[in-house]
Amino acid sequence: MTDTAYNFAYLDEQTKRMIRRAILKGLAIPGYQVPFASREMPMPYGWGTGGVQVSAATLTPDDRLKVIDQGADDTTNAVSIRKFFERTAGVATTEATAEATVIQTRHRIPEVPLTEGQILVYQVPIPEPLRFLEPRETETRKMHALEEYGLMHVKLYEDIARHGQIATAYAYPVKVEGRYVMDPSPIPKFDNPKMSDCGAIQLFGAGREQRIYALPPWTQVVSLDFEDFPFEASKADAACDLCGAENSYLDEVITDDAGGRIFVCSDTDYCRSRREAGFVGAQGEEQVA
Amino acid sequence: MQTEALQGGFADPAVDAAHAFRAAMEAMARPGTIQTVAGAEPPAPLSQAAGVLLLTLCDAETPLHLAGAHDCAAVRDWVVFHTGAPLVGAEKAMFALGDWAALQPLDRFPVGTAQYPDRSTTLVVEMSALEAGGATLSGPGIRERAALSLPEVAAFQRNAMLYPLGVDFYFTAGAQLAALPRSITVEG
Repeated sequence: MTDTAYNFAYLDEQTKRMIRRAILKGLAIPGYQVPFASREMPMPYGWGTGGVQVSAATLTPDDRLKVIDQGADDTTNAVSIRKFFERTAGVATTEATAEATVIQTRHRIPEVPLTEGQILVYQVPIPEPLRFLEPRETETRKMHALEEYGLMHVKLYEDIARHGQIATAYAYPVKVEGRYVMDPSPIPKFDNPKMSDCGAIQLFGAGREQRIYALPPWTQVVSLDFEDFPFEASKADAACDLCGAENSYLDEVITDDAGGRIFVCSDTDYCRSRREAGFVGAQGEEQVA
Repeated sequence: MQTEALQGGFADPAVDAAHAFRAAMEAMARPGTIQTVAGAEPPAPLSQAAGVLLLTLCDAETPLHLAGAHDCAAVRDWVVFHTGAPLVGAEKAMFALGDWAALQPLDRFPVGTAQYPDRSTTLVVEMSALEAGGATLSGPGIRERAALSLPEVAAFQRNAMLYPLGVDFYFTAGAQLAALPRSITVEG
């Protein structure tokens, strides 16, 4: 049941039109950050207000929404946003990646490959990849206009000089269609290759910073690197202790105060569906059918 | 009192606009695909799809340019009543509407600036028909190749050379629409 005191999907129509126009510009110029007039949402900045506004402008009553926070469907942020849209848009929700038409995510891309007809909405804290290198917006805007991205390569080089490898492990900068350098939001660099040649539409919303950007399907997204230090999509060198997956991104979980720890899939839906299919990890229990 | 201008808007504005936007977004994200939209009944010579686009994207914040035969009293009244968009010359337009000949020359429309390439016009081009054939398209949003019946080729090649500046296009015929953003390479 929709809370009828609100307009469909909470936002008023003029706000949605403004956001929709920004999304279309973002799709026309992949990787370019389109300014938009971000609204106050009934949640604090930093809790996904950008993603929520993009989702609100995108949802139709026919959609099936999935919300994840660091890969998990059952954490506070994901649960509240899912409930928010159940109440204000009356949309169906799901935890299964393949069944969702719109997926709002904080800091992960699901393990199951996304397909045509799906939309992935990222919550973005700092949309400007050059911000920590150059704090002035007037300057970073010029750098994007002039395609002046040398500073980013210097930063990656300094990583190598200091640590012997590129130590950036999340929010790893990418170049879109050979033009704009873009912040992929703080996803682990393990997820970067999933952005390129993806069948789904990828939309990025940064509420506090008032920026929207986008990747159309099948867009070329390249992680920045050097010939002698190529990009590597790294993860913990272990298998999931619950489902045994060796190729999914893992969280390290402390299990007691005696140093006990296990690795588990960060994508809860992926882990659950594998266990239901009979896969068992080192410390998992056989699922009783 | 003439009441025609008051008719033909969305029956359920929030939901109709949401469906229409998804079609418009799919079209822009997958250039060359043809989408079907519904919900608006605008006065002639405005097509249903063009009417839906205006209702979905235009409001008092979006200066609109009506070109050629579309700059008539019936369309002006309908657009102003339903969207409140200020009607302006091509040089100030965020959206422009007309058939291909009436929208010429294209260099009148803003193409954005180096720092804000989004400050450019979106042109809604009324066509007699749309089909997945003719010019070959490639670029972001297209897996390998797509085809779309464009009114010509050279103008879109010139527009693509301006990238990341440039204008973006919607093509409308009846209830169908397709899109061509500036990022797409067009070959004859």
